Amino acid sequence: MKRTRVPPAIWLLAGLGLLLFFLPLAGLIVRAPWNQALGELTDPTTMTALALSLFCSVTATAIALVLGIPLAMILARTRGTLRNLLRALTTLPMVLPPVVGGVALLLAFGRRGIAGSLLYEAFGIQIPFTTAAAVMAETFVAMPFLVIAVEAGLRSLDHRYEEAARSLGAGYWRVFTRVTLPLLRPAIFSGAVLCWARALGEFGATITFAGNFPGRTQTVPIAVYIALETKPQAAITLSLILLVVSVAILVGMRDRWLGAL
Amino acid sequence: MTRTMLAILAAGIMSACGSGTTTCAIQASCGVGPSRTTLTVFAAASLQPAFDKIGDKLLSTQNIATTFSYAGTQTLTTQLTQGAPADVFASADVAHMTSVQSAGLLLSQSMVFAHNRLEIAVAKGNPKGIHSLADLARSRLVVVLADPSVPAGKYAAQALAKAGVAVHPASLEQQVTGVLSKVALGEADAGIVYHSDIVTSAQVDGVTIPDSQNVIADYPIAVLQSAQNQAGAVAFVDFVLSTEGQSILTSAGFQGV
Repeated sequence: MKRTRVPPAIWLLAGLGLLLFFLPLAGLIVRAPWNQALGELTDPTTMTALALSLFCSVTATAIALVLGIPLAMILARTRGTLRNLLRALTTLPMVLPPVVGGVALLLAFGRRGIAGSLLYEAFGIQIPFTTAAAVMAETFVAMPFLVIAVEAGLRSLDHRYEEAARSLGAGYWRVFTRVTLPLLRPAIFSGAVLCWARALGEFGATITFAGNFPGRTQTVPIAVYIALETKPQAAITLSLILLVVSVAILVGMRDRWLGAL
Repeated sequence: MTRTMLAILAAGIMSACGSGTTTCAIQASCGVGPSRTTLTVFAAASLQPAFDKIGDKLLSTQNIATTFSYAGTQTLTTQLTQGAPADVFASADVAHMTSVQSAGLLLSQSMVFAHNRLEIAVAKGNPKGIHSLADLARSRLVVVLADPSVPAGKYAAQALAKAGVAVHPASLEQQVTGVLSKVALGEADAGIVYHSDIVTSAQVDGVTIPDSQNVIADYPIAVLQSAQNQAGAVAFVDFVLSTEGQSILTSAGFQGV
């Protein structure tokens, strides 16, 4: 069968759309201070932000794994209205503007927040302005990506393997660790990578809930935002690093994502 | 008729695009007598309460619809040097105005139109008993400052240095209003802001900083080279410097010139 010819107008609009993606990348690469990049990279502010970002995003991903896999299991088991409700609640942070997430976190876990006030009065613990707050903000925004991926994996799982293991006398936890988790590994892996990438790029919820202090809550995206006003070269270098990480993720995951499309 | 409407709408949208926050450009320019003009003003975050009133006044008396973009002066300076279109720039310090001037972006010489003093913002009733800058060094006190790149942060650092006090801030905010809101929300025990912030905020109390430790902030204003509405821009600056404009600023906690 002959394919219909695509009219020029479609090509033109598609081209404009591509330009919108391409030009900013080109701008970043062309304007990058390549000869100073190494110097900017070893600058203490940059190093501190990178180390903090790495710590926060990895911790957020670890928490998302511990809490998100069980959450996905519950989601995969429920049906009907309850499931829709749980789903909506879990995926809300994906569509919620991050800064709104930050305000919500502040009103929940701040010193006068509905949960934070109890923590503060009972133990004198204040979450905002701490690294813990940055990790919480990142987990809040990024965990849905993991939950969605794992839930999809669970739904397409062939349950006969688990049943076989159970009929051979394996208990719940043994089946879970020896059969279910290994079968879910691809879904968990891609979910965790997506979750980590989202956590690494988190800005709005973090600056709103955790504030900005170098070494404590100033992650790379926040450092980029602030450096743009004082040291634009450093901002471009840091942006490049995040760009390289994103491209590396895309290339590394190309079979899983691009192949599936 | 439709065409004029479209042109006015387009102008409104364009001026709205140039600024981070918009208040009324589009709606305001759609009511439309022929003599109404629109104006974009980039102003330091601390000016918001006073400039909003000045904007209302200019709309009712001279039919100039002003769109304000309020942000930290350093943010506005970056936007202007990156080519953001605006008619008027009002800065919270002379240094940033100078860098906008040396970028060749000013149409006229800038003029200082107001002064501001620093003050410590605390929760209503001052539950932590903060009475001086020295108290801010107490351990377990959550203090928030503006980032040193923000004028208010720079002034705060100068005041703390004068007082010989070393503070360990919990966060460095991107504009002075960020400091104010952290105190108003109860997340911070204290922050260094402007006297005008405290006058216009109903949610915090102020602790005076003595003259010997205080820093006076100078606020310069200028018409920009990129001004689309030069006449409106000049009218805005003139009004700010007029007796009426100065009295609005004074009642918002600024000192006139």
